Amino acid sequence: MKILIVGGGMGGTILANNLARRLASELRSGKARITLLSASERHMYQPGLLYLAVGRMTPDELYRDQASLLEHDIEFHVDPVEEFRLDNNEVRTKSGKVHGYDILAIATGSRPAPEEIPGLAENAEQFYTEESAIKMFRRLQAFQGGRIVIAMGVPHKCPMAPLEIIFMLHDYFKDRGMLDKVKLHYTYPIGRVHTLENVAKWAAPEMDRLGITYETLFNLKEVDGAKKVVRSEEGGETPYDLLITIPAHRGMEVIEKNGLGQRGWIPTHRHKLTMEGRNNVYVLGDTTNLPISKAGSTAHFEAETLGENIAAIVKLGAPVRDYDGKVFCFIEAGKDRATYASFDYQNPPQPKAPTRAVHWFKVAYNKLYWASARGLL
Amino acid sequence: MARRTVDARGSFCPGPLMELIAAMKMVAVGDELEVLSTDKGSASEIPEWLRKARHEHLGTEEKDGVWHVLVRKAR
Ligand SMILES: Cc1cc2nc3c(=O)[nH]c(=O)nc-3n(C[C@H](O)[C@H](O)[C@H](O)COP(=O)(O)OP(=O)(O)OC[C@H]3O[C@@H](n4cnc5c(N)ncnc54)[C@H](O)[C@@H]3O)c2cc1C
Repeated sequence: MKILIVGGGMGGTILANNLARRLASELRSGKARITLLSASERHMYQPGLLYLAVGRMTPDELYRDQASLLEHDIEFHVDPVEEFRLDNNEVRTKSGKVHGYDILAIATGSRPAPEEIPGLAENAEQFYTEESAIKMFRRLQAFQGGRIVIAMGVPHKCPMAPLEIIFMLHDYFKDRGMLDKVKLHYTYPIGRVHTLENVAKWAAPEMDRLGITYETLFNLKEVDGAKKVVRSEEGGETPYDLLITIPAHRGMEVIEKNGLGQRGWIPTHRHKLTMEGRNNVYVLGDTTNLPISKAGSTAHFEAETLGENIAAIVKLGAPVRDYDGKVFCFIEAGKDRATYASFDYQNPPQPKAPTRAVHWFKVAYNKLYWASARGLL
Repeated sequence: MARRTVDARGSFCPGPLMELIAAMKMVAVGDELEVLSTDKGSASEIPEWLRKARHEHLGTEEKDGVWHVLVRKAR
């Protein structure tokens, strides 16, 4: 049985390791084979970008060699897929190699698409890539005062990031003794400050207390760099001195080009995690079209479900369980307090007020991530 | 004109309205979207956004605990 995993980020790495452990004897006897194809020889801890943008982590802390995270029975190549030939059960890579499979899992992630909003890429700072987060940090360090606006599009990965960045910016300027010179203004796409109602209920008064202003029902439409204003789809307009953005995301171009899903989102069965219309193609992580958070924890729980199911297909001939929609997210509420939200398709989240204890747990997780990617946690 | 379904049942985060806003980017002006939601807040939240964003609300119906909100992309 040839298992091919495309994408060596959070979802692909956990799935590959999980399967390698479950199928150790099958891999040894040659009854099963696991191949992982990725686009980079390094693995990035993406949540670290948030800390990088405010100078609380450095770039080297974000990376590990991808090969060092993998069980040694996994065949790993840095050779991105360019063509998915699903009718022939094979893919073609950039180097021209063709890999056949019995089971395919796609976990190619998602990317911000600032180019879709006129004026955005040229006029706003971002922190969803290493390069942009460093640029944003330098810009913050040089900032002498004025109005900072946060504006975003949907969907974007990590739905907690908008709140996290605004509270972190508050603490960043507080530490620099500049709060009297800086005005923070937060905008959000729907009618409250966060999509989770309970989170919005503590975050709005918290913003009031800290002097952060906000405006809801604000979806990025365009940025006028000459006038220094940002406009929304809903007809709003707000001035800025420094604009920080989380642009709407798309899946990877290779997904769109191969016609696997519009805007790179692959239609996925919410419980089986199969690609709609294909029973030997699985999808996990950001690139699914499921109505749940595009987050590392989502990719993690999906990978665990798929690890169990694909191993069962090899051993028993059929999958053994459904994915229940589970997601768990930490929410940093500044530099020293945090809370979390845990939910699935059936059970809504009940987040509590932020505490220091949860913040330290998140700080610990920033290190534990590597054990989690190895499939040890 | 095409009609497509946004299946946001069981969605808490990002939630049905966010799913609709994202789906609007994938359809043409004049197309209809039917949002399925198990969250009754959607029944008021979605029309509120539609008014502000100047899209059409064609109707809302509840069937067995699922709200069906029908909308048309107007611009
Ligand atoms: C600033 C920031 C903060 C975040 N904070 C959190 C947080 O606190 N908690 C949380 O749970 N999540 C957080 N996330 C989100 C989380 O990082 C992602 O949701 C998660 O990494 C998604 O996993 P994935 O496997 O789908 O994709 P990724 O981890 O992005 O991996 C995609 C992989 O696919 C590879 N690839 C791309 N194209 C190809 C190709 N053509 N062929 C082969 N391989 C390819 C890439 O090289 C990469 O290895 C955050 C993200 C950001 C940017």
